[in-house]
Amino acid sequence: MNAFAALLDRLVYESRRNAKIRLIADYLRATPDPERGFALAALTGELSFREAKPNLIRALIQERCDPVLFEMSYSYVGDLAETTALLWPAPADAPPESRRNSPLPRGEGSASRRSARSAAHPVPGHNRPPPPSLSEVVETLATTSKSDLPARLAGLLDALGETGRWALLKLITGSLRIGVSARLAKTALASLGEMEPDAIEEVWHGLAPPYIDLFAWVEGRGPRPVSRDPAPFRPPMLAHPLELEDLETLDADGFAAEWKWDGIRVQAASFAGTTRLYSRTGEDVSGAFPDLVAALAGMEAAIDGELLVLIEGRVQSFNVLQQRLNRKSVSNALMTKYPAHLRAYDLLAEGAEDLRALPFAERRARLEAFVARRAPERLDLSPLVPFASWDALTAARADPAAHGAGADADAVEGVMVKRLDSPYVPGRPKGLWFKWKREPYTVDAVMMYAQRGHGKRSSFYSDYTFGVWRDAAGGGAELVPVGKAYFGFTDAELAQLDRFVRNNTTNRFGPVREVTHTAETGLVLEIAFEGLQRSTRHKSGVAMRFPRVSRIRWDKPTAEADRLETLEAILAKGETEQHPTGG
Amino acid sequence: MRATDILTLTPQGLYCPLGGFHVDPVRPVPRALVTHGHSDHARAGHGAVLATAETLAIMAVRYGEDFAGATQVAALGQTIRQGDVAVRFVPAGHVLGSAQIVIEAGGTRLVVSGDYKRGYDPTCLPCEIVSCDVFITEATFGLPVFRHPDARAEVDKLVASLALFPERAHLVGAYALGKAQRVMALLREAGWDRPIYIHGAMEKLCGLYEDLGVPLGEVVKVAAADRATLAGEVVLCPPSAIQEVWARKFPDPVAAFASGWMRVRARARQKGVELPMVISDHCDWDELKASILETGAGEVWVTHGQEDALVHWCGTQGISARPLHMLGYGDEGEDSGDLAAPAAAVESEASP
Repeated sequence: MNAFAALLDRLVYESRRNAKIRLIADYLRATPDPERGFALAALTGELSFREAKPNLIRALIQERCDPVLFEMSYSYVGDLAETTALLWPAPADAPPESRRNSPLPRGEGSASRRSARSAAHPVPGHNRPPPPSLSEVVETLATTSKSDLPARLAGLLDALGETGRWALLKLITGSLRIGVSARLAKTALASLGEMEPDAIEEVWHGLAPPYIDLFAWVEGRGPRPVSRDPAPFRPPMLAHPLELEDLETLDADGFAAEWKWDGIRVQAASFAGTTRLYSRTGEDVSGAFPDLVAALAGMEAAIDGELLVLIEGRVQSFNVLQQRLNRKSVSNALMTKYPAHLRAYDLLAEGAEDLRALPFAERRARLEAFVARRAPERLDLSPLVPFASWDALTAARADPAAHGAGADADAVEGVMVKRLDSPYVPGRPKGLWFKWKREPYTVDAVMMYAQRGHGKRSSFYSDYTFGVWRDAAGGGAELVPVGKAYFGFTDAELAQLDRFVRNNTTNRFGPVREVTHTAETGLVLEIAFEGLQRSTRHKSGVAMRFPRVSRIRWDKPTAEADRLETLEAILAKGETEQHPTGG
Repeated sequence: MRATDILTLTPQGLYCPLGGFHVDPVRPVPRALVTHGHSDHARAGHGAVLATAETLAIMAVRYGEDFAGATQVAALGQTIRQGDVAVRFVPAGHVLGSAQIVIEAGGTRLVVSGDYKRGYDPTCLPCEIVSCDVFITEATFGLPVFRHPDARAEVDKLVASLALFPERAHLVGAYALGKAQRVMALLREAGWDRPIYIHGAMEKLCGLYEDLGVPLGEVVKVAAADRATLAGEVVLCPPSAIQEVWARKFPDPVAAFASGWMRVRARARQKGVELPMVISDHCDWDELKASILETGAGEVWVTHGQEDALVHWCGTQGISARPLHMLGYGDEGEDSGDLAAPAAAVESEASP
């Protein structure tokens, strides 16, 4: 466990991608099976424990720490695992030095530069048992019964130092948040055998920790592991944002365009009686969409598309789709009310045939034929957007309703531009696919409250609640909060915003600060957002989709910020578009 | 006599009406008692300043000899009458010359801690706890997640990294007053006998420490032309310098930072610190609690820092406590863990 904990701790402080890959690869090379396999599972987010959950950590630490102090600490540190690792009391029989972080191993070359003081404050010996291995930890967490788990976990934590405790607790809280994606970990694994990371992705689904066969294959000691999954995940192809200057160099004749739907990009695969729905990152989300999975069963194909909710043939807003997201299971009532649907962009495989090497135009023809011939329910084709020139496409993007999207135009968040000859290449290859989003709405709002962020931003006031003016009941104008934004600014701007908050605080509520916001004083933020919705949960009656700070208006007097009527107008326009008859 | 009659809170800072003086005032006042030389506590422009000889020397180096209308040396342990109160300066263990100020009147004793620590520091006198009725403490690291490890072990991490990466310069961010010299002294104790290189912003204060009898070994100011040759060497600099163009000329620099804030990983990550060294010149949580209990104070006032948690804890101990929410040193600069101090502020830092 200590070697794995040391790896995580090093990764936290390493920002260079290649250095991270090297650190992980070095660890994987130097660590035996099955220990490294569990480490790989942890880094790729494949470990999850039925009983060992974050609530258990809370319960354990709250038995050992005043709950008020725990909450203050957690609010400050912003990470449950780290808070608990730092707060965990050293067991009564621990040597006094156990409070120390274990220093880095001392290099051989250090002797010449050191005097004889090395024994002045040595770590005292002790006869406690060695700390548990990662394999032991994983096994304990996976197999211990719910009733025994609190005591077992406390025992493990007692046996580890701060870094070890932190790493162990990270395994339980799930997302490691150490700046390592599953992709990066797989890239490190691939480097052990000088393979492409996508070679790992292709076999990854259907394998299970500790991946003994996978390591053997990568290291050239064994055959390619056979994915037992008949409907494996195929790493998706992603697009680059389109820059206006790109248009000057690209030939419109070589490209096709289609709507970019405001849903969830998914991949559906159904072969030999197994049907799965994968998220863009390869997570199996079938459990949340049994209605769609059942409809796609038997199609003997792998389709790249957009997950949407359709009611009476009409695409619903992202807010509606959200009712179906982030669920492990789903009720019948919810499925009836919000039926899931797949709008197909691309055909990756049909029967036993892998189509990904074919040019887009050919795959598109195959997709159209497939859908026309045997479209199951809940599956349709995402239409192409015809255009003769970039100017024509610009017009279509600005007004999808008039260019074929019709009543569903509100669910269009832009256009996708794809080279007709592009093969389906996993990852984000340059020059093949582009995404071109619609211009966002913007509004000038006044910062009202600020809250410290979590994780990397835990010392910064980085979450801002902002408001616009409306008529106050007793005459005059008042600010009413309309949303919260926590990104869109650079690190340097964040430092300025943080300073502004600290210097202009008028009130504190725990981690939240109220900042000055009068007609004369305060800060105007230009907020960009993708859409608006009526909301009963917000005092203002509106909720923004995807709000972010697009500009800091240091120059603008707060009295000149926008009024609620501006948002009402956007809302009314949207409702007219959605209900063209005015109903 | 009620404690609030002896010390009251004013916009300038704590004020003693019976003695006619402020303690660590944040704006110019006629008479100031100053606990230590960090610029958020020791400011220029007062009519008269009473402080330890070392603190006065530090202020003179920073602000020039005419930093106050008049100065008076407070000898440690000596009782000095100020109007109707008796004051006494007692070591605080924070930085060279740092003192707590004991104020007595009408049988009531208050102690203003200034900033203080209990951990090992070869560059200043250790903190002495004075029993009192009211203890006025800071709470920079007043959360139970802050437990400072032994500073010597943290310096060992630096020495180990130097051995591991002899081809890389090790830039150690450290506040120019106190932290830098403490790290240097600890490096010497760890057997590091190479010259220690310093950023120009630290030169005057390192020289002053030497003049005041704190040996730092061979200290060399980094010349611009030499930066590329300092592989395997230790270079101390203001924390903000690590992010600046100045740092780029060093061979593949390792960014280290000596601060109590390094205990929380997210803080170290924010600034791209690769080698966090948890070394603080303030009390950690356990030391704050122990110090309060040792004073026997029935009442605790918390000046700045994470006051809410410490006030809450005092309540659980049956000690009456209140936060003063003092601005000026509560919420500015590195005292609040703001690692992004601009370069212009390198000579005017506080020091966790």
